Amino acid sequence: MIYLQLFFEFFKTGLFAVGGGLATLPFLKHIALKYSWFTVSQLTDMIAVSESTPGPIGINMSTYAGFHAAGLPGAVVSTLSLVLPSYIVILVVSHFMEKFRDSPLVNNIFYGIRPATAGLIAGAMFEVFVMSLFNTEALSGGSFIGFFRLLPIALYIAALVGIFKLPKLHPIVFIICGAVLGIVFGL
Amino acid sequence: MRELISMFLTFARIGAFTFGGGYAMLPILQREVVDKNGWCTEDELTDMYAIGQCTPGVIAVNVATYIGNRKRGPIGALFTTLGIVFPSLVIIIVIASFLTHFAEYAVVQHAFTGIRIAVCALVTKTIYTMVKKNVKDFATLLILLLTFVAVVVLNITPIAVVLVCGLVGALLHGGKAKGA
Repeated sequence: MIYLQLFFEFFKTGLFAVGGGLATLPFLKHIALKYSWFTVSQLTDMIAVSESTPGPIGINMSTYAGFHAAGLPGAVVSTLSLVLPSYIVILVVSHFMEKFRDSPLVNNIFYGIRPATAGLIAGAMFEVFVMSLFNTEALSGGSFIGFFRLLPIALYIAALVGIFKLPKLHPIVFIICGAVLGIVFGL
Repeated sequence: MRELISMFLTFARIGAFTFGGGYAMLPILQREVVDKNGWCTEDELTDMYAIGQCTPGVIAVNVATYIGNRKRGPIGALFTTLGIVFPSLVIIIVIASFLTHFAEYAVVQHAFTGIRIAVCALVTKTIYTMVKKNVKDFATLLILLLTFVAVVVLNITPIAVVLVCGLVGALLHGGKAKGA
């Protein structure tokens, strides 16, 4: 019963992979070693595809892995199984959130957490930021000028000006422009 | 039913244009859920991100479930959750079936380098807004900076960061003093 196994494995992944994104990776590796559904080296391809297609990476990875294991039904089963634990946990958490929303203690707790969330997001994006705008290899090679990727930095500044000056423009517009300019300039 | 379908479609749109996981989704989510539909406030969205760090599962899905439930109960949550998952399911199945070397095409790589730059700019704006709104005094500024260092330099797990900052917040009594 491969679908039951898929359900069990991906439900487990959804339940224990905390923090999103590539948190699912160690679990998928474990699945790759335990079953013959896909190999560890296929996992690398899955990461590449998951990162270069829209959608949350964890979902993409599970869909891909499930598809490798048992075709279209496998993809559907593994994706829904991954999502199910979040669904249940969040319904429970929301219930308490609604109940304690106005309590001073909860407000104090979030007073401490909100700036941390900004810091966490900045921290998580830091690597992408550096990778996109700078060339760290050039620095270790002793070339200071080569450190700056001039065209990406110019595009970044242009996008930033656009985002602040035209706040009504949908974020999707900037993402599409980014894709088009990336192709045009061969970034 | 009409509203449920509109919720499904909104989250499908968010899923279809989220590149690179939960954080990159924030700017689009803010636009669609807070500005356009008023399904939750900016504060709730920020809190949901923090909660999503500590609860199991993919953050994007957690946020979708939370908002759907808030708006229309468990059924609403079902529609938003399926909505955010739907584009991935379709796109990945198509790629896995026909385009096994998708990620290696030069045109895909160029597009993605461009998209990453756009996402960096969008997230910069989001962080700027969050900092302006939530950094109100020296304590919160310190929390912001220490969190950044904790994640980038010390590689501390976000769960620990959120828990510690929640504890610090509870001890500082900052929320009440601000009349929040």
